[in-house]
Amino acid sequence: MLDNLKILFHQGKQYIPDVTNAEMPGIFRGRPIINSEKINEDEFMEICPTNAIEKNPVSIDLGKCTFCGECAFAFPNKIKFTTDYKISSNERERLIIKEGEDKPIELNPSLIRKEISEYFSGSLKLRQVSAGGDNSCELELNACGNVNFDMGRFGIEFVASPRHADGIVITGPISENMAEPLQICYDATPEPKIIILAGTDAISGGIFSGSPALNRNFLSKYKIDLFVPGNPVHPLTFINGILELIRKRK
Amino acid sequence: MKNNQRISLPSIPTLEYKKFLEQNVSLLKEPNNHCVNYYGFPSGGKIKLLCCIANDKEGTILVSSSYAEQNQLLPSFTNYNLAFHIFERELHENFGIKYSDHPWLKPVRFPFDRADKNSSSRNYPFYKIDSEELHEVGVGPIHAGVIEPGHFRFICNGEQILHLEIQLGFQHRGIEKLFLEKKIFLQRTTLAENIAGDTVAGHTTAFVNLWESLCNYKAEDDLKFSRTLALELERIAIHTGDLSALCTDIAYQLGSAVFGRLRTPLINYFQIWCGNRLAKGLIRAGKNNFPFTNELKNILEKLLHDYENDFDEICKEAFSLSTVLARFEKTGTVSNKDAFSIGTVGMSARMSGIERDVRKSHPHDLYSSFNHQPITKNHGDVYSRVQIRKEEIKQSIGYIRKLLENIPQQNKNRNPLSLSQPDSFCISLVEGWRGEICHCAITDEKGELAHYKVKDPSFHNWLALALAVRQNEISDFPVCNKSFNLSYCGHDL
Ligand code: SF4
Repeated sequence: MLDNLKILFHQGKQYIPDVTNAEMPGIFRGRPIINSEKINEDEFMEICPTNAIEKNPVSIDLGKCTFCGECAFAFPNKIKFTTDYKISSNERERLIIKEGEDKPIELNPSLIRKEISEYFSGSLKLRQVSAGGDNSCELELNACGNVNFDMGRFGIEFVASPRHADGIVITGPISENMAEPLQICYDATPEPKIIILAGTDAISGGIFSGSPALNRNFLSKYKIDLFVPGNPVHPLTFINGILELIRKRK
Repeated sequence: MKNNQRISLPSIPTLEYKKFLEQNVSLLKEPNNHCVNYYGFPSGGKIKLLCCIANDKEGTILVSSSYAEQNQLLPSFTNYNLAFHIFERELHENFGIKYSDHPWLKPVRFPFDRADKNSSSRNYPFYKIDSEELHEVGVGPIHAGVIEPGHFRFICNGEQILHLEIQLGFQHRGIEKLFLEKKIFLQRTTLAENIAGDTVAGHTTAFVNLWESLCNYKAEDDLKFSRTLALELERIAIHTGDLSALCTDIAYQLGSAVFGRLRTPLINYFQIWCGNRLAKGLIRAGKNNFPFTNELKNILEKLLHDYENDFDEICKEAFSLSTVLARFEKTGTVSNKDAFSIGTVGMSARMSGIERDVRKSHPHDLYSSFNHQPITKNHGDVYSRVQIRKEEIKQSIGYIRKLLENIPQQNKNRNPLSLSQPDSFCISLVEGWRGEICHCAITDEKGELAHYKVKDPSFHNWLALALAVRQNEISDFPVCNKSFNLSYCGHDL
């Protein structure tokens, strides 16, 4: 028992006190800034493995970007990835960063459904559906609940059954073999319910986009309440996105 | 041929099927040999079969080939050696090849281009037992936790598991075909990075080593250094996370919390080094975007020092508790004979006294400098798998310290990668934390990629889990499952 207490004691405090203002260690690739320097735009576009880059004006779609950073290596004066991890939005358009822009990505309050702040602002139970993908977002969503990020302190938790859930979090590009289980899970979640897409694969298909092994029809049927970019999503991106969703009001 | 050697495709002997069967089956009678890959690809209207048997003593790989027709009825390798079962199931599923004497010819992953479109994840032919006393328990595909999908069907006698069948394929994204369709090199690297998110260093290293060989590129020491270091860091991080998960499953809260928090600085270190907690973006063929610096070395040394103290302390506490040991010891046992016969790799082999480890038998990157001795255990139970993790973590820390003594200079004027060579075959083996990863590639007469094959260690090891839980209580399933921690996405591709 004493040994246990000793171990407990010198673990210290592991949780990040303020997850909304925490500093990112190292060289995280978060929200990019593209300056207006003239470059060969076609060459710039061609680098990107997932066609996240468009020209006229140059822009990067964070819903497609895998944050590999290769565009910034090739054109270091044109693009810089900042450590700003608050890159979620409820409006797909807001994930597209255009050249010359340097402003935070936020949720559009007018698109947040009234039920969300009415029912879920104090607690939110989520069912996670892993639908294709590579398990990296799942690892990070699990990390959201560990002693470090401790998402549970905000009343946000993953639950074991859709019957207990207020919404679903989809990771992965939605494989054909998961299309039906995903639909069943959604149908089993009681109303009102929300849908969150976590990770580049879920938002756009990522590197798997266009694969004949996918079936993304589900996404065209429902309104998506939150897009969380990343490959994988960073726990701080996820937690901040959700907090904004349940706290922000029209 | 050797690991990561490029050979010309026509130099692979093509045998008549009966001879092909006899030869490969007899090779596997020698315990130092094991089958690292056996697969097919369309070639001139037929299916070309390619079998790769590794000789773990000599560090060589013996490759032979044969032809089969679609829907042809053939005698199976499996009838002589069970280790082939999964490869032949895949050949059957992909090409409709039939086997007269295969005991378990069931779907593997329901690929989108499977031969029989009527077979679907909804009509999987589960094994059934007719009995009034026995009952079936089905879970999945969506799991209760934040875990990948798979369907598990148990046949139980009360609380006791008689049989478990695991149905996979839900994560199938068509990766092997995408390797051909995505023509840009960075796209293919990104695909390799996205095969299995917990094995980014493992699969990406397999891909880049293979690709460099196809392009006749000799990787400089700084590239090899980064790959070796990343692989060992990945091993420590995932093993630590697994120890945490195992403690969670036996409700040992202190172990769960401490091992869990010990994982965090390790994966954060990847972010400090390359900007991604899972090392995505770090490993590239013929290029080093994140050269290793003295500053990185100092951070890592401090990190390992702090880690090791706390790790030793919690291990000492956890593994002296009878309540912990009671749940781990003699739970989920696979005998040496069973593990050997089904061809397990990695930790799943080493738990049962099978010394199978690419780092020793077919070393790549800087592994030959370690004189690596695989850690093996003999009981094949959960505790063996726990001990292997614990000891491998310590071993890897030792290797990393050794690596840090001598950081290679970054090569500033590297030659660019040339084009991949025509009519070639190459195989790349990597010992990931989960076991042997195998990537194979074939190029056409223009040097373009004509076929790409990925094999995750889980491909062999899922059956080991199914065997492990027999005669165990169903409540022990989670801890058995975590003790293997197999990959769904790596298997499903
Ligand atoms: S960082 Fe994003 S935009 Fe840039 S090349 Fe990679 S995927 Fe494309």
